[in-house]
Amino acid sequence: MPEPARVALLVTCLVDLFRPTVGFAAVKLLEQAGCTVEVPRAQTCCGQPAYNSGDRADAKAVARQVIAAFAGYDYVVAPSGSCAGMVKLHYPELFADEPETLAKAEDLAARTRELISFLVDIRGMDRVTASWPRTVTYHDGCSGLRELGVKAQPRRLLASVEGVRVTELPGAEVCCGFGGTFCVKYPEISDKMVTDKAGEIAATGAETVLAGDLGCLLNIAGKLSRLGHRVETRHVAEVLAGMADDAPAIGEPRE
Amino acid sequence: MQPTSHAFPENARAELGNETLQRALGLARTGFPLRRQQAIERLPEFEALREEGRAIKDHTLAHLDFYLELYERKVIEAGGQVHWARNAEEARAAVLGICRSVAAKTVTKGKSMVAEEIALNDYLEANGITPIETDLGEYIIQLRHEPPSHIIAPAIHLMKEQVADTFRAAHTDLDPTRVLDEPRTLCDEARTVLRPHFLDADVGITGANFLVAETGSSIIVTNEGNGDLTQTLPRVHIVITSIEKVVPTLEDTATLLRLLARSATGQEFSSYTTLSTGPRQPGDLDGPEQYHVVLLDNGRTGLLGGEFQDMLRCLRCSACLNHCPVYAAVGGHAYGWVYPGPMGAVLTPALVGVGEAGHLPNASTFCGKCESVCPVKIPLPKMMRHWREREFAERLAPPVYRSGLRLWAWLAQLYHALAETAGRVLGWAGQGRGRFRALPLAAGWTRVRDLPAPEGRSFQSLGAERQRRAGAGR
Repeated sequence: MPEPARVALLVTCLVDLFRPTVGFAAVKLLEQAGCTVEVPRAQTCCGQPAYNSGDRADAKAVARQVIAAFAGYDYVVAPSGSCAGMVKLHYPELFADEPETLAKAEDLAARTRELISFLVDIRGMDRVTASWPRTVTYHDGCSGLRELGVKAQPRRLLASVEGVRVTELPGAEVCCGFGGTFCVKYPEISDKMVTDKAGEIAATGAETVLAGDLGCLLNIAGKLSRLGHRVETRHVAEVLAGMADDAPAIGEPRE
Repeated sequence: MQPTSHAFPENARAELGNETLQRALGLARTGFPLRRQQAIERLPEFEALREEGRAIKDHTLAHLDFYLELYERKVIEAGGQVHWARNAEEARAAVLGICRSVAAKTVTKGKSMVAEEIALNDYLEANGITPIETDLGEYIIQLRHEPPSHIIAPAIHLMKEQVADTFRAAHTDLDPTRVLDEPRTLCDEARTVLRPHFLDADVGITGANFLVAETGSSIIVTNEGNGDLTQTLPRVHIVITSIEKVVPTLEDTATLLRLLARSATGQEFSSYTTLSTGPRQPGDLDGPEQYHVVLLDNGRTGLLGGEFQDMLRCLRCSACLNHCPVYAAVGGHAYGWVYPGPMGAVLTPALVGVGEAGHLPNASTFCGKCESVCPVKIPLPKMMRHWREREFAERLAPPVYRSGLRLWAWLAQLYHALAETAGRVLGWAGQGRGRFRALPLAAGWTRVRDLPAPEGRSFQSLGAERQRRAGAGR
């Protein structure tokens, strides 16, 4: 295992607000990978809603807070390809015209990783100690897949989970229709996309659908339940950390 | 054509409810991406080629004035003429002037998106000249008085039964009881009907995929051969195209052609790749007596040197449309003008104004698939975001949305107290079922899907509590 590393967890607002279990799963996996994990209290949102709405000024204001909150750690890790991609690729773009902040943004970008790819690519993790005797399928979130190259890593770790059977999802790389504000600005188009996605997930016959981004997962879980499909939806970190039994699936009632 | 891009949400809603369109799109959704994938798997250097293609176009755009002047000189040397058009009106006038100079009554047309951009057919008809589209898809939509819904497959929104009905209504001199239920039969009928038009036309108008500066040649790629008949049989050949199509050399063109066919249709090479250099030369067996090129700007030079310059690399291959989940959901007509899909979402605001076309760059999830398949690596999502920035800066975004964003930014900075409260309230309210079927402030979400309820406490407050407990137990 590589040298110990001091890692700051970028929780992301959706995990913080909707699904703390994912945060605890991330901490557990990072610790298993030999990291010391801290959760900077001053963190807020990464600023993506403003940035993707063309509101650079507000995006910058939020990004400045993030840059300050995450200074000094070896790595900044997020259980989301979308938020990690925002910090890693778009912060430098956002501050391209402010040399002083740009240097800090680039420094942060260089240290920022998506959780699962960090575990595999940086920490050399090739297996986990978890058990989940189910058939699962996996949806590739767009930002993680196309901005950060997250594709093989979650499948590799999933293959080591005891009892799990992975059925590949046809169209796994096609967007689920979440798209941040898109899903409420163009609800009918978003609905068409997530309806197709839910249908393909159900057709795999898998008991659980996993992904690495809570935005996609909330969208998919919401559509699966609206359509009456009995497929569980979970963040992949919950299964990898062996914590899938600690909380009901996304959108399922507590016992 | 009059843009209806401002009505994108209404257009989209109508198209989502159009069952025939949805069936037609369903057939297209898988075909193009699969064929492209298979074609590039057979070409290991495809990624390197994309980089080369980008470099060729970037170099050309950086020296566009030089290559355009060189191209013009070479066209003249070959005996042709170049007509510079700043806008649609000048381009239409140039075409009409040439047609009138030879007293043209009918013109045949190969497929040209620039001709669509300047609404050439309507203009020619209004001036007493009959244009006849000879690309099968274009011919079908001309008969139906519809705009194209795709830049290389203009009638992709139609099922073959609709085409059969259209042909029966238009070809009234043919046997009304004939069987028209196979694409092959439809194609043969169009071929039979078009053949005399090719022979009778006074002028042939084509577009161009590339203009080669070193030779003064224009190049079209087609799969039907209609372009060749259009440009070699009539006395006059007019090429209507736009300034960013110029490429320095034939060698460069070869590189771009390798990218184009694979990205467009998944072919190694299109069935016909035809170079035209000037009119018929002494000793030539065929070819037109006159060769004209109408070169349209129509706002393109305004993109040079700015944040949208990369858009001028576009080869019009349609890979971005073919892989776009939004295009696949609503089809091309919803976009309300000539260029649909991701390339249209960037280009249309530049050509018809962001006030008219402001919805298009917003109607994207930024899934990034378009950029990943673009043969010349145009950063389409980034440029859509630039349009959103312009709209925000020019206050074109709806006021409700703007104030919502301001509120969000303010809340994001007061994040902790609010996240905790909202999470607890929603978690408490939703714990019975685990999800909400309707939620007053999130109707945009809950109208089409349930909202999973939060677990209850925020990660940060739970984490802090665990730390306190661990500290107390020590």
